[in-house]
Amino acid sequence: MEANFLDRYSRLDSAVHRLPAAVKLVAAFGMVVGLLMVQAGQWVWLELSAVFLIAVTGLSGIPWRFLIQRLLFLELFVVGVALMALAQPDGIRLFLFLIAKCALCLLTMVLLANTTPFAELLRVMKAAHLPALLVTTVSLMYRYMFVAADEAQRMRRARLSRTFAAKRKGRWWLNATVAGQLFVRSSERAERIYGAMRARGWQ
Amino acid sequence: MHIPDGFLDTKTAASTGVIAATGLGVALRQARRHLPARQVPLLGLAAAFVFAAQMLNFPVAGGTSGHLIGGTLVAVLLGPSAAVIVISSVLIVQCLMFADGGITALGANILNMGLIGGVGGWGIYYLVTRRIKGVFGCVLAATFAAWCSTVLAAVVCAGELAVSHTVRWSVALSAMAGVHMLIGVGEGLITALVLAAIARARPELLEPDVAAESARSYGALVVYGVLIALGLALFASPFASQWPDGLDKTAEALGFNNRNAGAVMPAPIPDYSMPGVHWSVLATSLAGAVGTVVVFALAWMLARVLVPRSPKN
Repeated sequence: MEANFLDRYSRLDSAVHRLPAAVKLVAAFGMVVGLLMVQAGQWVWLELSAVFLIAVTGLSGIPWRFLIQRLLFLELFVVGVALMALAQPDGIRLFLFLIAKCALCLLTMVLLANTTPFAELLRVMKAAHLPALLVTTVSLMYRYMFVAADEAQRMRRARLSRTFAAKRKGRWWLNATVAGQLFVRSSERAERIYGAMRARGWQ
Repeated sequence: MHIPDGFLDTKTAASTGVIAATGLGVALRQARRHLPARQVPLLGLAAAFVFAAQMLNFPVAGGTSGHLIGGTLVAVLLGPSAAVIVISSVLIVQCLMFADGGITALGANILNMGLIGGVGGWGIYYLVTRRIKGVFGCVLAATFAAWCSTVLAAVVCAGELAVSHTVRWSVALSAMAGVHMLIGVGEGLITALVLAAIARARPELLEPDVAAESARSYGALVVYGVLIALGLALFASPFASQWPDGLDKTAEALGFNNRNAGAVMPAPIPDYSMPGVHWSVLATSLAGAVGTVVVFALAWMLARVLVPRSPKN
């Protein structure tokens, strides 16, 4: 699996991409908090934010197609929750408002992820003096999550090349075995990494 | 169960943020004191494992599929404090890299999945394994704990949405709890199968120094308990009591509730004045109680199947 399949445009070169990561993180957080405070029916604020976000997107040069695909995919979860809002008086309007508000929040975060490489966000976390153990854990997760996903894919391919397709009942059993094996391999890899880290002076 | 940005209002986001930050702080302190240096990389690798394991699709009826959530599984394998750190890391990466789960809802998500799902699940696991020993007890307890913690986290999640006036209590509670009683069955089943698979490959991984941690860190467990109780009291008690919004009352009493930034929904109808609401809450609670007993029995049978009775035990 390619390590950048979800934030693949984070390494483009544009005015937005060149901004310091800390600025973008704070700006995105401020934007989302601002959107949270917008009350139902205050569509003006949503429209203003939308114009601003669209302008930023235009500047950043991220393809619209990709952004819209990501938004639609993430919006599925939003709609699921927002459906519950239908069951109250004036539900339709609240439903539409929630969807619009969440879509703008999502656009903000997708823009942040796609204009800032995650490694730079890690650097910001470190500079902000977040607890070292947390930063180490997040960094190691970022480093190895695609390795682990690849490992699962490899096990799947190896099984497919040796057996016939499993029935539904078998799939659960097989998937669980893969997950169990993944954990075993992760813990073994962790031991090797510990050795490597110690050998390079980590304590 | 990842809450996106935009569903929680500022007071809910802030209060869940404070609870989550306290819990994460305690977990980090606990890990710094008691976690052997050898196991520090394991936290990051376990987080990567959760990410990869969540990508495995388990087919459910009708073309849909579910996946592991993993809070209880990690807590069983690594202990409660490590689980809080691992799950928080997963949530942070998912939020910042994939926009999956909001940045302002990060506190709520850590509270639901890390503290209630992880530590709460571990608490239930610990209580059951005290009485039923061996790999059999481990699988049984983890299955039961995974179900309970999934449902509990869903109830608190519904409470957070209701307190934010995004959805109504009765609707949120019965929808979230109802759906997650089913999802919890899948979560319990996957947890049991994964643990059984690990027990077959490397049984020694199932006996971490968890007991040692709980013996050494009585204070931390008390803090976790208080935080979970606080979360339940703020977000899950309204459905049991007459006042619909405990957090609003608290905020008012403390004087930091600016009234002009009130409800998202104009003029909400208080839940308790609606006919039939008590009935739906009662029905959900009853279903939960019956479900708990049924799931415990099912977990017992499942564990019997997965772990054959050996002459030694």
